[in-house]
Amino acid sequence: MTALTAAPVDASAAHAPAVALHEVSVRFGQGADLFEAVSRVDLCVAAGEFVAIVGPTGCGKSTLLNVAAGLLTPALGRAEIHGRPVAGITREAGYLFQQDALMPWKTALANVAVALEVAGIAQTEAQQRAQALLTRVGLARFLHRYPHQLSGGQRKRVALAQMLIRDPAILLMDEPFGPLDAQTRGLMGDLLLQLWQADRKAVLFVTHDLDEAISLADRVVVMSAGPSSRIVADHQIDLPRPRAINEVRHEPRFHALQRAIWDDLRDEVMKTYGAEMGGAA
Amino acid sequence: MKRLQLTLLQIGVGIALLGIWHIVTNYPLLGDVKTARFFFSTPLDVTERIWKLFVSGSIWKHLWITLSETMLAFVIGSGAGIVIGFWFARQPLVAAVFDPYVKMANALPRVVLAPIFMLWFGLGIWSKVALGFTLVFFIVFFNVYQGVKEVSPVVLANARMLGMNERQLLRHVYWPSALSWMFSSLHTSVGFALVGAVVGEYLGSAAGLGYLIHEAEGTFDVTGVFAGMVILSAFVILIDYCVTLVEGRLLSWRPPAAGHS
Repeated sequence: MTALTAAPVDASAAHAPAVALHEVSVRFGQGADLFEAVSRVDLCVAAGEFVAIVGPTGCGKSTLLNVAAGLLTPALGRAEIHGRPVAGITREAGYLFQQDALMPWKTALANVAVALEVAGIAQTEAQQRAQALLTRVGLARFLHRYPHQLSGGQRKRVALAQMLIRDPAILLMDEPFGPLDAQTRGLMGDLLLQLWQADRKAVLFVTHDLDEAISLADRVVVMSAGPSSRIVADHQIDLPRPRAINEVRHEPRFHALQRAIWDDLRDEVMKTYGAEMGGAA
Repeated sequence: MKRLQLTLLQIGVGIALLGIWHIVTNYPLLGDVKTARFFFSTPLDVTERIWKLFVSGSIWKHLWITLSETMLAFVIGSGAGIVIGFWFARQPLVAAVFDPYVKMANALPRVVLAPIFMLWFGLGIWSKVALGFTLVFFIVFFNVYQGVKEVSPVVLANARMLGMNERQLLRHVYWPSALSWMFSSLHTSVGFALVGAVVGEYLGSAAGLGYLIHEAEGTFDVTGVFAGMVILSAFVILIDYCVTLVEGRLLSWRPPAAGHS
């Protein structure tokens, strides 16, 4: 696949990280309702690196993704993509949403092909390439189905193909496999790793599932309980690649990492839990 | 087998009703037959009248007039509804400014407009088209407005991330969403276009099914009124069937109605 949206990369940008957030704070609302979702977050994703963000619910994990995607403007701090400040939608990035984001009025094939068509590629070529990619994600027999005729896992595969067909340099993924059942999640994780292994894009992957984070990522970043979430821990995952999701989970090293990260995460989860219980009283 | 049974029962009800009608207007069970015939005519007379209308060919002109009024009201009303609905949904300020006037115009019972339209557009088809327009326009307008407003924010954000500009968003996201809302009200809007046409004809015209019924009524020709009503019902069912066919093609991407997933 060739990069369609590849912006010319100058010499300085070649060394810059794919995604860099400097002292980023994001606020919602105004006046008394002012709410700071994330506070002074520093985060870098190098080119080719797979970074997972874990944290308790409502800690602003997705907020960081939206800043990197250009969907949200931070109140303070800078967001940079390949060394250039984010302005408007980040063209170099593909985004995989937690919810269903396919256009329900288009078939699987049309949903994927349209990503190329809007970039000015002729329909025939766009459809051929969409068909090839959908075949790669195992949907050769479902090209002409509408989203509602597909299972949750199949829809995610279409969304994955839709994101990847533009060959973005950066993948932003917001709990993409959250709504799926456990078995399908494992399969989708393997598919993602297999596709990622082929051309090693920079990935920022948000999840609340620590096991998923460890089995997929090179680095796991732990965020504190919201509001005003910060990054509280940063762990390198030194498990060998290529990995198979269901096997890597039985390795002793996996358990050691899981324990170490859980020690950081547990306090934050308990804080959120305590706040929710207090709020309910 | 079940389907066949149902059809037989449905036909049975029809025959029973016709039978009662026939007996009451032919045998003095509930009073004088002549009085009954004056008020209700008889099924055989009505059938004969319908037969004559079709054999003599005079009905085709009326059907054609009513059909063209309906189609014109539908097409013009939908077109205007789509354009204005889109415009309002994309320009919240315009929508806010016009909101009370739209509500006021929509609150007005359309029948009172008929005399005005006759004054403006004459007794020909255009006063009927105008009446149908006022009915169709608001249905389509509200649906398109809703359709554009209620595009899923996730679908929209995803489309933006795929690199769509405003024009492409309009074509690939807003437009299909608005159309799906409009098509879901297709039965209603086509039905109202027909209501506008027939009511308009009824109130003053020289041709059309509404005129036919009105004319028969003017001479206490109950047979003519019933014949007109039967033809009108058949006409509506036929149009509704065509709409169902069109709808099936256009909304094939939709999940089958609630109860699933």
